Amino acid sequence: MLGKLDWSAIPFDQPIPLIAGAIVLVAILAVLIWVVVKGHLPYLWHEWITSVDHKRIGVMYILLASVMLLRGGSDAIMMRVQQAIAYQSNGFLPPEHYNQIFSAHGTIMIFFVAMPFVIGLMNLIVPLQLGVRDVAFPTLNSVGFWLTATGALLVNLSLVIGEFARTGWLAFPPLSGLSYSPGVGVDYYAWSLQISGVGTLVAGINLVTTVLKLRTKGMNYLRMPMFCWTTLASNLLIVAAFPILTATLAMLLLDRYLGFHFFTNEAGGNVMMFMNLIWAWGHPEVYILVLPAFGIFSEVVSTFSGKALFGYRSMVLATMAICVISFMVWLHHFFTMGAGPDVNAIFGIASMIIAVPTGVKIYNWLFTMYGGRIRFATPMLWAVGFMVTFIIGGLTGVLVAVPPADFMLHNSMFLVAHFHNVIIGGVLFGAFAGFEYWFPKAFGFRLDERWGKLAFWFTFLGFYVTFLPLYIAGMLGMTRRLQHYDVAAWRPWMFIAAFGMLILSIGVICQIMQLVVSIRNREALRDRTGDPWDGRSLEWATSSPPPVFNFAFHPDVRGEDAYWDMKSRAQQQSLEHEAPEYQDIEMPRNSPTGFICAFFATIMGFALIWHIWWMVILGGIGAFATFVVFAWRDHDEYVIPAAEVARIDRVNLEERRSLVSMAGAL
Amino acid sequence: MAMTATVGHAHADPHHIGLVIEHPGPAPKRIVTAYGFWVFLLSDIVMFSCFFAAYAVLSGQTAGGPKGSEIFEQRNVAIETVCLLLSSFTCGMASIAADVHNRFWFYLGMAVTCVLGLIFLAIEFNEFADLIARGYGPSRSAFLSSFFSLVGCHGLHVSAGVLWLLTMMAQVFAKGFRADVLRRMMCFALFWHALDIIWVGVFSVVYLLGGSV
Repeated sequence: MLGKLDWSAIPFDQPIPLIAGAIVLVAILAVLIWVVVKGHLPYLWHEWITSVDHKRIGVMYILLASVMLLRGGSDAIMMRVQQAIAYQSNGFLPPEHYNQIFSAHGTIMIFFVAMPFVIGLMNLIVPLQLGVRDVAFPTLNSVGFWLTATGALLVNLSLVIGEFARTGWLAFPPLSGLSYSPGVGVDYYAWSLQISGVGTLVAGINLVTTVLKLRTKGMNYLRMPMFCWTTLASNLLIVAAFPILTATLAMLLLDRYLGFHFFTNEAGGNVMMFMNLIWAWGHPEVYILVLPAFGIFSEVVSTFSGKALFGYRSMVLATMAICVISFMVWLHHFFTMGAGPDVNAIFGIASMIIAVPTGVKIYNWLFTMYGGRIRFATPMLWAVGFMVTFIIGGLTGVLVAVPPADFMLHNSMFLVAHFHNVIIGGVLFGAFAGFEYWFPKAFGFRLDERWGKLAFWFTFLGFYVTFLPLYIAGMLGMTRRLQHYDVAAWRPWMFIAAFGMLILSIGVICQIMQLVVSIRNREALRDRTGDPWDGRSLEWATSSPPPVFNFAFHPDVRGEDAYWDMKSRAQQQSLEHEAPEYQDIEMPRNSPTGFICAFFATIMGFALIWHIWWMVILGGIGAFATFVVFAWRDHDEYVIPAAEVARIDRVNLEERRSLVSMAGAL
Repeated sequence: MAMTATVGHAHADPHHIGLVIEHPGPAPKRIVTAYGFWVFLLSDIVMFSCFFAAYAVLSGQTAGGPKGSEIFEQRNVAIETVCLLLSSFTCGMASIAADVHNRFWFYLGMAVTCVLGLIFLAIEFNEFADLIARGYGPSRSAFLSSFFSLVGCHGLHVSAGVLWLLTMMAQVFAKGFRADVLRRMMCFALFWHALDIIWVGVFSVVYLLGGSV
């Protein structure tokens, strides 16, 4: 009846996951009860859960990422503490638990923190920057988000029901095959990634179509803000790379469920095929994450330097070059696995070549700052911190791209330090910069600068104190994923790294404090003009938060830095325009399709993990029925009358005029 | 000197590349939907390409089991191919009928497409069942694993297509040729034709190349 599921699935003998699970459960229940008692449920349902508004969906993506960042961060703290104390002892984590923790940490940080964070920011901002009212497929957008949430839910469910994979975040066979991982851990891993992968693919298709087909009048390709370009590149990579992940995990699942022989040791299976396939997705994935961050930094650096981006066209070219070359370097993840010197040399050179366009970008940001009037607001701090950190991470990357050096450093802590250096220093700093920069746009008030700066400095310093020691430990021969060790020379570095983790945690607390303080002082921090940073692109041309339709009129773009251009023209000309003629606006109607679809996907995923076949069929029928019901509805749009549009738009125009006239008076 | 400069200027940009053509604004819904679906199809083809690659890598790994030439029946595959190619034609007829809002030809075209699709699936199912009964199931060897996955993945797509086709017929029956129904019909037609293209690949790589080994 319940497949492999019985009471032995609950880890009664392991206090850590049980207590953690209980705390999370109590917290969730408390929030739910509070929501129901306070009567917020209808608001949540109508305004958020069923919303197809790209801004709301973007915010929900970022919220999901932030919560999962805390989960992944707790895993990181446990690992650092374990390695600090597990010298000639077992530490406080049993080996099989430690293995689950590093696997979950990697999986969660990449798939459920970094991905939703950047996709959330792209969702929130790109339609605004393009001057349009929504993404290409609003309901699918909601489906994509909720499927990602399903994946995150399944991963966390594994904490208390069953186990998570012990295989590392990419589940290499034959370890992840049925003979060496007979439990449900790998199945949790694979199914949650399959489900959230569909969500990611949907988001990718949606954003590619949005950038290529939905741009406002005059928004030629070479007038798009840099963030739109990097969004395009990143989502092209999603569309081209994520199907590879889907196919690879499907093969692994066929091996595990139906006795196929893709990656087994017997009957002709080929383990190296898994390596090639997974990294043919995995390396582009790196750029899927970091390209949007590059876009964010481009926006931030140019805004806070008060200058147009230096070398805009070279930046576009560099972005698209990275987009293409990212598919030609995957083999550098396994130089040591016998491809031979010629192949290794080719991929080593390709890996060095991809550093060139990245270098171009660094110089462009530096030259943008050169001669600019720089304001060191929090987003700019993250951007400058990124440049310093990312250069170090990039250089160690070029170092391990040299095959002979890689033979020494492969699978060592040096590598761990390298990829954290680029992912934290690149993607996470970028996500934080974007968060600080666009928060006023999403919510209508700025974030507290003092706490923001504290958060930056603690995170920045904490990062170095945590990860520089790992480089040294790697040089001293320490391999990654060690549950305990007997080498005395490594120990001091593990202590320092654990101390760095403490500083990083203070940074996270500052970030939470910043949010709390800012929400409390929101009236004082209110952004009335919609343009708190003196911005350059179109998202600042509307109010904060923007009305549901974003723009009363599709803006007419005449050049790069569209809003900057509009502002300078407005200052030169008279500010009084004739009263514009407002028109009715049609907007997509909200729909619970995404939420219900994800509900059935959760049931189906859970049932597949535990081999409960009747439930799989039930979930499948439910998901199909949801789509048919959606396809059957007769009204998919509603109309906002012209008078209402006019009322909303005039308020914003008044605020903006007073700002411009004030600036004129100065 | 001045003259050459003038002449040079006149001929410097014969294709008007320097001329900035103003972007007219957001595309109409029909274009956006079809474009998005094209992007999806490309991603689907990437997924198939992985299974093709796996087949190419593993087709020699028979582990003492049968080779391709020992189990493929070219006659059945030929019938399957004819079914699918014909169904693409009838699907095209149904699309044209939908565009001109002709219910009779739409239903007829879709029904024939459905029947041809089902015949295709029945033959494929038979082939699979027969192989498994002879002990040549996907667990026999890596070659058979990759064969069953690639061909089965295409078969699953055709099955999903048949389900979609029936839903489309029901939609036209219930809602008529509404704009959103027509957009979905366009996507369905793209999907069905794409499956045909993939089948051409399957036919060539699996049955022709693989059958000659």
